[in-house]
Amino acid sequence: MRINTFKNIILSALFITTFNIGFASETKEGGDEKEFDANEMIMHHVKDAYGMHIITLNEGKEDEHHISIPLPVILWTDNGLTTFMSSEFHHDYNGKVIVEKNGGRFVNVHEKIYQLNDGESIVSYDAEHHPTNAKMPLDFSITRNVFMMWVSVAVLLFIFFSAARSYRKSENNVPSGLGSFVEPLVVFVRDEIGKPMIGEHKYKKYMPYLLTVFFFIWINNIFGLIPIFNGANLSGNIAFTLTLAFITFVITTFSGNKNYWKHIFWMPGVPVPMKIFLMPIEIIGMFTKPISLMIRLFANITAGHIIILALYSLIFIFKTEFMGLVSVPFALFIGIIEIIVTAIQAYIFTVLSALYFGMATEEAHH
Amino acid sequence: MELIKPGFGLVFWTLITFLILLFILRKFAWKPILGAVSEREEGIKDALASAENARKEMENLTADNERILQEARAEREAMLKDARDMKNKIVSDAKDEAQAQASKMIEQAQLAIESEKKAAMAELKSHVAGLSLDIAEKVVRDELSNKDKQLKLVEDMLGEATLN
Repeated sequence: MRINTFKNIILSALFITTFNIGFASETKEGGDEKEFDANEMIMHHVKDAYGMHIITLNEGKEDEHHISIPLPVILWTDNGLTTFMSSEFHHDYNGKVIVEKNGGRFVNVHEKIYQLNDGESIVSYDAEHHPTNAKMPLDFSITRNVFMMWVSVAVLLFIFFSAARSYRKSENNVPSGLGSFVEPLVVFVRDEIGKPMIGEHKYKKYMPYLLTVFFFIWINNIFGLIPIFNGANLSGNIAFTLTLAFITFVITTFSGNKNYWKHIFWMPGVPVPMKIFLMPIEIIGMFTKPISLMIRLFANITAGHIIILALYSLIFIFKTEFMGLVSVPFALFIGIIEIIVTAIQAYIFTVLSALYFGMATEEAHH
Repeated sequence: MELIKPGFGLVFWTLITFLILLFILRKFAWKPILGAVSEREEGIKDALASAENARKEMENLTADNERILQEARAEREAMLKDARDMKNKIVSDAKDEAQAQASKMIEQAQLAIESEKKAAMAELKSHVAGLSLDIAEKVVRDELSNKDKQLKLVEDMLGEATLN
Protein backbone atom coordinates (compact mmCIF):
# COMPACT_ATOMS: atom_id res chain seq x y z
CA MET A 1 0.00 0.00 0.00
CA ARG A 2 2.69 2.40 1.07
CA ILE A 3 4.86 1.55 -1.91
CA ASN A 4 1.93 2.33 -4.21
CA THR A 5 1.35 5.71 -2.62
CA PHE A 6 5.02 6.48 -2.90
CA LYS A 7 5.03 5.48 -6.55
CA ASN A 8 2.04 7.69 -7.21
CA ILE A 9 3.77 10.64 -5.59
CA ILE A 10 6.85 10.14 -7.71
CA LEU A 11 4.84 9.71 -10.87
CA SER A 12 2.72 12.78 -10.27
CA ALA A 13 5.82 14.78 -9.38
CA LEU A 14 7.33 13.65 -12.64
CA PHE A 15 4.19 14.55 -14.49
CA ILE A 16 4.11 18.05 -13.08
CA THR A 17 7.83 18.46 -13.66
CA THR A 18 7.63 17.45 -17.25
CA PHE A 19 4.62 19.41 -18.24
CA ASN A 20 4.86 22.59 -16.24
CA ILE A 21 8.49 23.48 -16.24
CA GLY A 22 8.14 24.35 -19.88
CA PHE A 23 6.13 27.45 -19.21
CA ALA A 24 8.89 29.82 -20.05
CA SER A 25 8.49 33.13 -18.41
CA GLU A 26 9.91 35.20 -21.17
CA THR A 27 8.15 38.51 -21.28
CA LYS A 28 6.90 40.18 -24.34
CA GLU A 29 7.65 43.81 -24.66
CA GLY A 30 4.99 45.85 -26.32
CA GLY A 31 2.75 44.18 -28.82
CA ASP A 32 5.48 43.00 -31.18
CA GLU A 33 6.41 39.36 -31.43
CA LYS A 34 9.70 39.18 -29.60
CA GLU A 35 12.28 36.66 -30.70
CA PHE A 36 12.46 33.79 -28.20
CA ASP A 37 15.68 33.93 -26.26
CA ALA A 38 16.34 30.46 -24.84
CA ASN A 39 19.44 31.59 -23.03
CA GLU A 40 17.64 34.35 -21.20
CA MET A 41 14.70 32.12 -20.31
CA ILE A 42 16.94 29.40 -18.95
CA MET A 43 19.13 31.76 -16.97
CA HIS A 44 16.08 33.42 -15.53
CA HIS A 45 14.84 30.03 -14.33
CA VAL A 46 18.10 28.84 -12.95
CA LYS A 47 18.97 32.04 -11.10
CA ASP A 48 17.44 33.49 -7.99
CA ALA A 49 14.53 35.95 -8.16
CA TYR A 50 12.83 38.43 -5.85
CA GLY A 51 9.32 37.06 -6.21
CA MET A 52 7.78 33.63 -6.60
CA HIS A 53 6.50 33.90 -10.14
CA ILE A 54 3.95 31.19 -10.90
CA ILE A 55 2.41 31.91 -14.28
CA THR A 56 1.83 34.68 -16.80
CA LEU A 57 -1.68 34.90 -18.26
CA ASN A 58 -2.52 36.44 -21.63
CA GLU A 59 1.12 36.78 -22.39
CA GLY A 60 1.99 39.52 -24.86
CA LYS A 61 -1.53 40.94 -24.91
CA GLU A 62 -2.98 44.14 -23.49
CA ASP A 63 -4.28 42.51 -20.34
CA GLU A 64 -1.11 40.56 -19.61
CA HIS A 65 -1.35 39.38 -16.03
CA HIS A 66 1.24 37.78 -13.79
CA ILE A 67 0.38 35.51 -10.91
CA SER A 68 3.13 35.46 -8.33
CA ILE A 69 3.79 35.47 -4.61
CA PRO A 70 5.47 38.72 -3.56
CA LEU A 71 8.41 38.35 -1.21
CA PRO A 72 10.07 40.94 1.02
CA VAL A 73 13.08 42.84 -0.25
CA ILE A 74 15.47 43.73 2.56
CA LEU A 75 18.35 46.10 1.77
CA TRP A 76 21.04 47.70 3.85
CA THR A 77 21.73 51.07 2.27
CA ASP A 78 23.57 54.21 3.30
CA ASN A 79 20.31 55.36 4.87
CA GLY A 80 19.97 52.19 6.91
CA LEU A 81 17.54 49.33 6.58
CA THR A 82 15.15 49.59 3.62
CA THR A 83 12.37 47.08 3.06
CA PHE A 84 9.54 46.74 0.58
CA MET A 85 7.68 43.96 -1.19
CA SER A 86 8.98 42.59 -4.46
CA SER A 87 5.57 43.25 -6.04
CA GLU A 88 6.46 46.96 -6.15
CA PHE A 89 8.65 46.21 -9.17
CA HIS A 90 5.53 44.98 -11.01
CA HIS A 91 7.44 41.99 -12.34
CA ASP A 92 9.93 44.21 -14.09
CA TYR A 93 13.52 43.03 -14.09
CA ASN A 94 14.82 45.22 -16.83
CA GLY A 95 15.51 48.27 -14.69
CA LYS A 96 12.46 50.20 -15.91
CA VAL A 97 10.37 50.40 -12.74
CA ILE A 98 11.94 52.60 -10.10
CA VAL A 99 10.93 52.07 -6.49
CA GLU A 100 11.51 55.03 -4.18
CA LYS A 101 11.98 54.04 -0.57
CA ASN A 102 13.79 55.55 2.39
CA GLY A 103 15.42 58.25 0.26
CA GLY A 104 16.81 55.82 -2.33
CA ARG A 105 15.75 54.83 -5.84
CA PHE A 106 15.91 51.09 -6.54
CA VAL A 107 15.64 49.15 -9.77
CA ASN A 108 15.64 45.44 -10.56
CA VAL A 109 18.14 44.65 -13.31
CA HIS A 110 18.05 40.95 -14.13
CA GLU A 111 17.05 40.01 -10.60
CA LYS A 112 19.73 42.14 -8.99
CA ILE A 113 18.67 45.22 -7.10
CA TYR A 114 20.64 48.37 -7.82
CA GLN A 115 20.40 51.69 -6.03
CA LEU A 116 20.58 54.63 -8.43
CA ASN A 117 23.13 57.23 -7.62
CA ASP A 118 21.75 60.49 -6.21
CA GLY A 119 19.99 62.61 -8.78
CA GLU A 120 19.66 59.86 -11.38
CA SER A 121 16.21 58.85 -12.51
CA ILE A 122 16.96 56.36 -15.27
CA VAL A 123 19.45 53.52 -15.50
CA SER A 124 22.18 53.72 -18.08
CA TYR A 125 24.13 50.66 -19.13
CA ASP A 126 27.57 49.95 -20.40
CA ALA A 127 28.35 47.69 -23.34
CA GLU A 128 27.95 44.53 -21.24
CA HIS A 129 24.58 45.67 -19.96
CA HIS A 130 25.83 46.55 -16.50
CA PRO A 131 24.33 49.65 -14.91
CA THR A 132 26.87 52.47 -14.85
CA ASN A 133 25.10 54.98 -12.64
CA ALA A 134 23.98 52.70 -9.86
CA LYS A 135 25.51 50.62 -7.10
CA MET A 136 24.42 47.46 -5.38
CA PRO A 137 23.33 47.79 -1.76
CA LEU A 138 23.87 44.96 0.71
CA ASP A 139 21.02 42.62 -0.10
CA PHE A 140 19.34 40.48 2.57
CA SER A 141 16.14 39.95 0.58
CA ILE A 142 13.96 36.96 1.12
CA THR A 143 14.32 35.78 -2.45
CA ARG A 144 12.48 32.79 -3.85
CA ASN A 145 15.43 30.58 -3.00
CA VAL A 146 15.43 31.75 0.62
CA PHE A 147 11.69 31.30 0.70
CA MET A 148 11.92 27.77 -0.69
CA MET A 149 14.71 27.00 1.72
CA TRP A 150 12.40 27.88 4.60
CA VAL A 151 9.61 25.82 3.09
CA SER A 152 12.03 22.90 2.89
CA VAL A 153 13.05 23.49 6.50
CA ALA A 154 9.40 23.41 7.52
CA VAL A 155 8.93 20.14 5.64
CA LEU A 156 12.07 18.65 7.18
CA LEU A 157 11.03 19.69 10.67
CA PHE A 158 7.59 18.19 10.12
CA ILE A 159 8.98 14.91 8.81
CA PHE A 160 11.59 14.42 11.49
CA PHE A 161 9.56 15.73 14.38
CA SER A 162 6.78 13.29 13.61
CA ALA A 163 9.38 10.56 13.11
CA ALA A 164 10.92 11.32 16.50
CA ARG A 165 7.46 11.44 18.04
CA SER A 166 6.58 8.01 16.67
CA TYR A 167 9.56 6.61 18.58
CA ARG A 168 8.51 8.34 21.77
CA LYS A 169 5.01 6.98 21.46
CA SER A 170 6.04 3.39 20.94
CA GLU A 171 7.04 1.36 23.95
CA ASN A 172 9.84 -0.68 22.45
CA ASN A 173 11.41 1.89 20.11
CA VAL A 174 9.60 0.62 17.07
CA PRO A 175 8.70 3.50 14.77
CA SER A 176 5.43 3.92 12.94
CA GLY A 177 4.22 6.08 10.07
CA LEU A 178 6.81 8.61 8.91
CA GLY A 179 9.24 7.22 11.44
CA SER A 180 9.33 3.85 9.72
CA PHE A 181 9.81 5.63 6.41
CA VAL A 182 12.81 7.72 7.45
CA GLU A 183 14.46 5.18 9.70
CA PRO A 184 16.10 3.21 6.87
CA LEU A 185 17.44 6.48 5.47
CA VAL A 186 18.82 7.60 8.81
CA VAL A 187 20.34 4.18 9.40
CA PHE A 188 21.76 4.27 5.88
CA VAL A 189 23.53 7.57 6.59
CA ARG A 190 24.86 6.14 9.82
CA ASP A 191 25.95 2.70 8.57
CA GLU A 192 26.98 3.47 5.00
CA ILE A 193 28.36 6.98 5.38
CA GLY A 194 29.22 7.80 8.98
CA LYS A 195 30.68 4.53 10.21
CA PRO A 196 32.82 3.50 7.22
CA MET A 197 34.09 7.00 6.39
CA ILE A 198 34.87 8.31 9.86
CA GLY A 199 35.28 5.15 11.88
CA GLU A 200 33.40 3.28 14.54
CA HIS A 201 34.71 5.34 17.44
CA LYS A 202 34.38 8.91 16.24
CA TYR A 203 31.42 8.96 13.87
CA LYS A 204 28.85 9.81 16.54
CA LYS A 205 30.02 13.40 16.89
CA TYR A 206 29.50 14.08 13.19
CA MET A 207 26.19 12.31 12.70
CA PRO A 208 23.96 15.37 13.28
CA TYR A 209 25.81 17.33 10.62
CA LEU A 210 25.88 14.47 8.12
CA LEU A 211 22.19 13.71 8.57
CA THR A 212 21.16 17.35 8.39
CA VAL A 213 23.23 18.11 5.33
CA PHE A 214 22.09 14.92 3.59
CA PHE A 215 18.38 15.56 4.03
CA PHE A 216 18.70 19.32 3.53
CA ILE A 217 20.39 18.89 0.17
CA TRP A 218 18.16 16.06 -0.89
CA ILE A 219 14.89 17.79 -0.16
CA ASN A 220 16.04 20.98 -1.84
CA ASN A 221 17.16 18.99 -4.87
CA ILE A 222 13.68 17.51 -5.03
CA PHE A 223 12.01 20.89 -4.53
CA GLY A 224 14.09 22.21 -7.40
CA LEU A 225 12.35 19.71 -9.65
CA ILE A 226 8.84 20.68 -8.63
CA PRO A 227 7.79 23.37 -11.09
CA ILE A 228 4.88 24.76 -9.14
CA PHE A 229 7.58 26.38 -7.02
CA ASN A 230 8.81 27.81 -10.30
CA GLY A 231 11.74 25.45 -10.18
CA ALA A 232 13.45 27.29 -7.35
CA ASN A 233 16.98 26.16 -7.95
CA LEU A 234 18.35 26.48 -4.42
CA SER A 235 20.76 23.54 -4.40
CA GLY A 236 21.91 24.58 -7.86
CA ASN A 237 22.82 28.00 -6.57
CA ILE A 238 26.48 28.53 -5.88
CA ALA A 239 25.77 30.62 -2.78
CA PHE A 240 24.01 27.66 -1.22
CA THR A 241 26.65 25.08 -2.10
CA LEU A 242 29.38 27.53 -1.07
CA THR A 243 27.88 27.87 2.38
CA LEU A 244 27.52 24.13 2.94
CA ALA A 245 31.00 23.44 1.60
CA PHE A 246 32.32 26.18 3.87
CA ILE A 247 30.73 24.54 6.91
CA THR A 248 32.31 21.21 5.93
CA PHE A 249 35.66 23.00 5.59
CA VAL A 250 35.31 24.61 9.02
CA ILE A 251 34.40 21.33 10.68
CA THR A 252 37.25 19.51 8.93
CA THR A 253 39.78 22.17 9.93
CA PHE A 254 38.68 22.33 13.53
CA SER A 255 38.57 18.58 14.01
CA GLY A 256 41.98 18.07 12.41
CA ASN A 257 44.29 16.24 14.81
CA LYS A 258 48.07 16.21 15.06
CA ASN A 259 48.35 13.49 12.45
CA TYR A 260 46.26 15.46 9.97
CA TRP A 261 48.33 18.62 10.27
CA LYS A 262 51.53 16.62 10.13
CA HIS A 263 50.42 15.14 6.83
CA ILE A 264 49.83 18.62 5.50
CA PHE A 265 52.94 20.44 6.68
CA TRP A 266 55.55 17.70 7.10
CA MET A 267 54.53 14.57 5.26
CA PRO A 268 55.90 11.58 7.17
CA GLY A 269 57.76 8.81 5.39
CA VAL A 270 59.24 10.79 2.49
CA PRO A 271 62.63 12.51 2.11
CA VAL A 272 63.01 16.12 3.20
CA PRO A 273 62.99 17.73 -0.29
CA MET A 274 59.77 15.84 -0.98
CA LYS A 275 58.30 17.09 2.30
CA ILE A 276 58.97 20.69 1.22
CA PHE A 277 57.58 19.99 -2.22
CA LEU A 278 54.40 18.39 -0.88
CA MET A 279 53.61 21.08 1.67
CA PRO A 280 52.13 23.66 -0.75
CA ILE A 281 50.24 20.93 -2.59
CA GLU A 282 48.70 19.69 0.63
CA ILE A 283 47.82 23.22 1.68
CA ILE A 284 46.07 23.81 -1.64
CA GLY A 285 44.39 20.44 -1.15
CA MET A 286 42.81 21.65 2.08
CA PHE A 287 40.88 24.19 0.03
CA THR A 288 40.28 22.28 -3.18
CA LYS A 289 38.36 19.60 -1.31
CA PRO A 290 35.50 21.86 -0.16
CA ILE A 291 35.66 23.80 -3.43
CA SER A 292 35.12 20.57 -5.35
CA LEU A 293 32.13 19.86 -3.10
CA MET A 294 30.73 23.29 -3.88
CA ILE A 295 31.18 23.01 -7.63
CA ARG A 296 30.00 19.42 -7.91
CA LEU A 297 26.62 20.00 -6.32
CA PHE A 298 26.08 23.36 -8.02
CA ALA A 299 27.05 22.10 -11.47
CA ASN A 300 25.11 18.84 -11.32
CA ILE A 301 21.85 20.38 -10.23
CA THR A 302 22.10 23.43 -12.47
CA ALA A 303 23.07 21.29 -15.45
CA GLY A 304 20.00 19.12 -14.95
CA HIS A 305 17.75 22.17 -14.92
CA ILE A 306 19.44 23.62 -17.98
CA ILE A 307 19.11 20.39 -19.96
CA ILE A 308 15.40 20.04 -19.26
CA LEU A 309 14.73 23.69 -20.05
CA ALA A 310 16.83 23.54 -23.20
CA LEU A 311 14.86 20.55 -24.42
CA TYR A 312 11.61 22.45 -23.98
CA SER A 313 13.13 25.53 -25.59
CA LEU A 314 13.49 23.50 -28.77
CA ILE A 315 9.71 23.73 -29.17
CA PHE A 316 9.89 27.51 -29.11
CA ILE A 317 13.05 27.73 -31.19
CA PHE A 318 11.60 25.59 -33.97
CA LYS A 319 8.21 27.25 -33.48
CA THR A 320 6.34 23.99 -33.95
CA GLU A 321 4.29 21.94 -31.52
CA PHE A 322 5.52 18.73 -33.14
CA MET A 323 8.91 19.34 -31.64
CA GLY A 324 7.15 18.38 -28.42
CA LEU A 325 7.15 14.79 -29.63
CA VAL A 326 10.91 14.90 -29.35
CA SER A 327 11.32 17.28 -26.44
CA VAL A 328 8.85 15.75 -24.05
CA PRO A 329 10.15 12.16 -24.10
CA PHE A 330 13.70 13.40 -23.80
CA ALA A 331 12.81 15.76 -20.99
CA LEU A 332 10.91 12.97 -19.28
CA PHE A 333 13.96 10.76 -19.55
CA ILE A 334 16.22 13.47 -18.12
CA GLY A 335 13.58 14.16 -15.48
CA ILE A 336 13.77 10.57 -14.26
CA ILE A 337 17.54 10.76 -14.22
CA GLU A 338 17.28 14.01 -12.28
CA ILE A 339 15.17 12.32 -9.62
CA ILE A 340 17.95 9.80 -9.14
CA VAL A 341 20.53 12.59 -9.21
CA THR A 342 18.77 14.39 -6.34
CA ALA A 343 19.58 11.47 -4.08
CA ILE A 344 22.99 10.74 -5.56
CA GLN A 345 24.26 14.28 -5.19
CA ALA A 346 23.01 14.53 -1.62
CA TYR A 347 24.75 11.21 -0.95
CA ILE A 348 28.01 12.28 -2.60
CA PHE A 349 28.16 15.56 -0.72
CA THR A 350 27.58 13.74 2.55
CA VAL A 351 30.00 10.91 1.80
CA LEU A 352 32.80 13.27 0.84
CA SER A 353 32.19 15.49 3.86
CA ALA A 354 32.36 12.39 6.04
CA LEU A 355 35.50 11.28 4.24
CA TYR A 356 37.18 14.62 4.96
CA PHE A 357 36.18 14.39 8.62
CA GLY A 358 37.56 10.87 8.66
CA MET A 359 40.86 12.05 7.19
CA ALA A 360 41.05 14.88 9.69
CA THR A 361 40.52 12.60 12.67
CA GLU A 362 42.49 9.58 11.46
CA GLU A 363 45.11 8.37 13.89
CA ALA A 364 48.65 7.71 12.69
CA HIS A 365 48.94 4.09 11.61
CA HIS A 366 52.16 2.34 12.34
CA MET B 1 28.97 34.62 -15.30
CA GLU B 2 26.12 35.75 -13.05
CA LEU B 3 25.60 32.08 -12.31
CA ILE B 4 28.86 31.51 -10.48
CA LYS B 5 28.84 34.68 -8.40
CA PRO B 6 27.49 33.76 -4.97
CA GLY B 7 24.89 36.26 -3.81
CA PHE B 8 25.63 37.65 -0.39
CA GLY B 9 22.04 37.50 0.83
CA LEU B 10 21.61 33.84 0.02
CA VAL B 11 24.90 32.93 1.70
CA PHE B 12 23.78 34.83 4.77
CA TRP B 13 20.35 33.21 4.98
CA THR B 14 21.66 29.74 4.12
CA LEU B 15 24.24 29.92 6.87
CA ILE B 16 21.75 31.07 9.48
CA THR B 17 19.02 28.69 8.36
CA PHE B 18 21.30 25.71 8.15
CA LEU B 19 22.86 26.28 11.54
CA ILE B 20 19.46 26.70 13.18
CA LEU B 21 18.16 23.62 11.37
CA LEU B 22 21.21 21.67 12.45
CA PHE B 23 20.75 22.73 16.05
CA ILE B 24 17.02 21.99 16.17
CA LEU B 25 17.22 18.66 14.36
CA ARG B 26 20.16 17.54 16.47
CA LYS B 27 18.27 18.19 19.65
CA PHE B 28 14.77 17.10 18.67
CA ALA B 29 15.22 14.62 15.85
CA TRP B 30 18.63 13.00 15.48
CA LYS B 31 19.20 12.40 19.16
CA PRO B 32 15.87 10.67 19.80
CA ILE B 33 15.89 8.77 16.50
CA LEU B 34 19.50 7.56 16.66
CA GLY B 35 19.11 6.91 20.37
CA ALA B 36 16.01 4.81 19.81
CA VAL B 37 17.59 2.93 16.92
CA SER B 38 20.76 2.08 18.80
CA GLU B 39 18.77 1.24 21.93
CA ARG B 40 16.68 -1.16 19.91
CA GLU B 41 19.75 -2.66 18.31
CA GLU B 42 21.29 -3.12 21.73
CA GLY B 43 18.07 -4.73 22.87
CA ILE B 44 18.11 -7.16 19.97
CA LYS B 45 21.76 -7.94 20.57
CA ASP B 46 21.09 -8.56 24.28
CA ALA B 47 18.08 -10.72 23.52
CA LEU B 48 20.10 -12.83 21.10
CA ALA B 49 22.94 -13.13 23.59
CA SER B 50 20.63 -14.19 26.38
CA ALA B 51 18.92 -16.70 24.12
CA GLU B 52 22.34 -18.11 23.32
CA ASN B 53 23.16 -18.21 27.02
CA ALA B 54 19.92 -19.96 27.78
CA ARG B 55 20.67 -22.52 25.10
CA LYS B 56 24.13 -23.11 26.53
CA GLU B 57 22.74 -23.41 30.02
CA MET B 58 20.21 -25.91 28.76
CA GLU B 59 23.02 -27.87 27.19
CA ASN B 60 24.95 -27.74 30.42
CA LEU B 61 21.92 -28.93 32.33
CA THR B 62 21.45 -31.89 30.03
CA ALA B 63 25.10 -32.72 30.31
CA ASP B 64 24.87 -32.45 34.09
CA ASN B 65 21.88 -34.73 34.18
CA GLU B 66 23.70 -37.24 32.07
CA ARG B 67 26.70 -37.03 34.33
CA ILE B 68 24.67 -37.39 37.49
CA LEU B 69 22.87 -40.41 36.06
CA GLN B 70 26.21 -41.92 35.12
CA GLU B 71 27.53 -41.30 38.60
CA ALA B 72 24.46 -42.82 40.20
CA ARG B 73 24.78 -45.85 38.03
CA ALA B 74 28.43 -46.25 38.90
CA GLU B 75 27.65 -45.82 42.57
CA ARG B 76 24.99 -48.48 42.45
CA GLU B 77 27.41 -50.75 40.71
CA ALA B 78 30.02 -50.12 43.39
CA MET B 79 27.54 -50.68 46.19
CA LEU B 80 26.42 -53.94 44.72
CA LYS B 81 30.01 -55.05 44.35
CA ASP B 82 30.76 -54.08 47.95
CA ALA B 83 27.80 -56.01 49.17
CA ARG B 84 28.82 -59.02 47.23
CA ASP B 85 32.35 -58.80 48.56
CA MET B 86 31.08 -58.37 52.06
CA LYS B 87 28.88 -61.42 51.79
CA ASN B 88 31.71 -63.52 50.47
CA LYS B 89 33.98 -62.32 53.23
CA ILE B 90 31.46 -62.98 55.93
CA VAL B 91 30.80 -66.45 54.65
CA SER B 92 34.48 -67.31 54.35
CA ASP B 93 35.20 -65.80 57.78
CA ALA B 94 32.47 -67.86 59.31
CA LYS B 95 33.77 -70.92 57.62
CA ASP B 96 37.29 -70.29 58.87
CA GLU B 97 36.11 -69.65 62.39
CA ALA B 98 34.02 -72.80 62.46
CA GLN B 99 36.96 -74.78 61.20
CA ALA B 100 39.21 -73.33 63.87
CA GLN B 101 36.64 -73.97 66.57
CA ALA B 102 36.14 -77.50 65.47
CA SER B 103 39.83 -78.32 65.32
CA LYS B 104 40.32 -76.73 68.74
CA MET B 105 37.53 -78.82 70.20
CA ILE B 106 38.95 -81.94 68.64
CA GLU B 107 42.35 -81.18 70.10
CA GLN B 108 40.88 -80.59 73.55
CA ALA B 109 38.95 -83.78 73.27
CA GLN B 110 42.10 -85.70 72.34
CA LEU B 111 43.96 -84.12 75.28
CA ALA B 112 41.16 -85.06 77.63
CA ILE B 113 41.02 -88.53 76.22
CA GLU B 114 44.81 -88.90 76.66
CA SER B 115 44.77 -87.74 80.28
CA GLU B 116 41.72 -89.86 81.02
CA LYS B 117 43.52 -92.77 79.46
CA LYS B 118 46.64 -92.08 81.55
CA ALA B 119 44.60 -91.80 84.73
CA ALA B 120 42.66 -94.92 83.90
CA MET B 121 45.88 -96.75 83.12
CA ALA B 122 47.42 -95.67 86.47
CA GLU B 123 44.33 -96.67 88.37
CA LEU B 124 44.19 -99.92 86.49
CA LYS B 125 47.85 -100.58 87.33
CA SER B 126 47.37 -99.98 91.04
CA HIS B 127 44.13 -101.99 90.97
CA VAL B 128 45.81 -104.81 89.11
CA ALA B 129 48.69 -104.66 91.58
CA GLY B 130 46.30 -104.86 94.50
CA LEU B 131 44.34 -107.69 92.81
CA SER B 132 47.51 -109.55 91.92
CA LEU B 133 48.67 -109.10 95.47
CA ASP B 134 45.44 -110.44 96.84
CA ILE B 135 45.48 -113.34 94.37
CA ALA B 136 49.08 -114.08 95.04
CA GLU B 137 48.52 -113.88 98.77
CA LYS B 138 45.65 -116.33 98.53
CA VAL B 139 47.62 -118.64 96.20
CA VAL B 140 50.78 -118.43 98.20
CA ARG B 141 48.94 -118.83 101.53
CA ASP B 142 47.41 -121.95 100.25
CA GLU B 143 50.38 -123.37 98.59
CA LEU B 144 53.31 -122.08 100.35
CA SER B 145 54.36 -121.88 103.92
CA ASN B 146 57.59 -120.33 103.58
CA LYS B 147 56.54 -116.79 103.37
CA ASP B 148 59.93 -115.42 102.58
CA LYS B 149 60.59 -117.69 99.71
CA GLN B 150 57.19 -116.95 98.23
CA LEU B 151 57.52 -113.17 98.67
CA LYS B 152 60.79 -113.35 96.82
CA LEU B 153 59.11 -115.19 94.03
CA VAL B 154 56.21 -112.62 93.84
CA GLU B 155 58.58 -109.74 93.81
CA ASP B 156 60.40 -111.26 90.86
CA MET B 157 57.19 -111.82 89.09
CA LEU B 158 55.99 -108.24 89.74
CA GLY B 159 59.32 -106.95 88.52
CA GLU B 160 58.76 -108.81 85.33
CA ALA B 161 55.16 -107.45 85.13
CA THR B 162 56.31 -103.82 85.45
CA LEU B 163 58.80 -104.34 82.72
CA ASN B 164 56.12 -105.53 80.43
